[in-house]
Amino acid sequence: MFAPGDAVRVKNDWPEARGPAHIRTPHYVRGRLGRVVRPLGSYPNPEDLAFARPAPERPLYHVTFPMNELWPEGRADDALVVELYEHWLEKP
Amino acid sequence: MNILEADGEALLAGLRKLLSQKNLVTDAEIAARRASTDNASPGQGAKMVARAWTDPAYKALMLEDGTKAAEMLNIPMIGMPPLGVLENTDEVHNLVVCTLCSCYPRAVLGYPPFWYKSAAYRSRAVRDPRGLLAEFRTTLPESVKIHVVDSTADYRWMVLPKRPAGTEDWSAEQLAAIVREGDMVGVTVTSVGPR
Repeated sequence: MFAPGDAVRVKNDWPEARGPAHIRTPHYVRGRLGRVVRPLGSYPNPEDLAFARPAPERPLYHVTFPMNELWPEGRADDALVVELYEHWLEKP
Repeated sequence: MNILEADGEALLAGLRKLLSQKNLVTDAEIAARRASTDNASPGQGAKMVARAWTDPAYKALMLEDGTKAAEMLNIPMIGMPPLGVLENTDEVHNLVVCTLCSCYPRAVLGYPPFWYKSAAYRSRAVRDPRGLLAEFRTTLPESVKIHVVDSTADYRWMVLPKRPAGTEDWSAEQLAAIVREGDMVGVTVTSVGPR
């Protein structure tokens, strides 16, 4: 579990390269360093739901990234905020 | 029978009958959902914004739990994804996008505008938000930070815009009338007078 303010790195994983996949983690945040804004509750994993498999609930977090962490021309004081499931996050 | 060539009306009637017979969905529930879908429009979100501008306790609730705040104004939220509300301030401007598809707070804003689903909006919002805002003729002071909120999972997000200057003595009804769809997505800011 992560708490507000925790630093997190998004896994640099590409399940779509290994076969059919339904992923809610945008490609542009994978491998990037962000910070937890707050937990958003737990929801059935859409990666399983999409294939009608049993879908265990996974904790979801709002995670913020400085824009210059994502794009070379991004401003350090602008931010990108995105919902990410816990199994995509690791301690940096 | 080829389902693509089937009589759609008859197919729908058959499906509804089965759902009802199996006690999965009642006719009353379908009627209620149709009514709430028909009523969902930016006017619902505008009512919430106007109330937040005139009632600090409501604003606090809205930022804490958008779903509860919508239900307080009799906007049906049963079966809808949780609603989060992002406050625009003098320091921060929020912009909502869904890069993966077209997630949109339909319960409070209705159907998304056509550009919301376009590849151009979805890609540019996350990469070049200031350039995108400029095309909506929205210019923000250099000191304002932009938070782009990519709506990719179970929440739906709406923006609580800044209340424009010069509206201090306006009623909630007058205020609701000037809040536009784009203000609650974050591509525009609420202003007084014609746009």
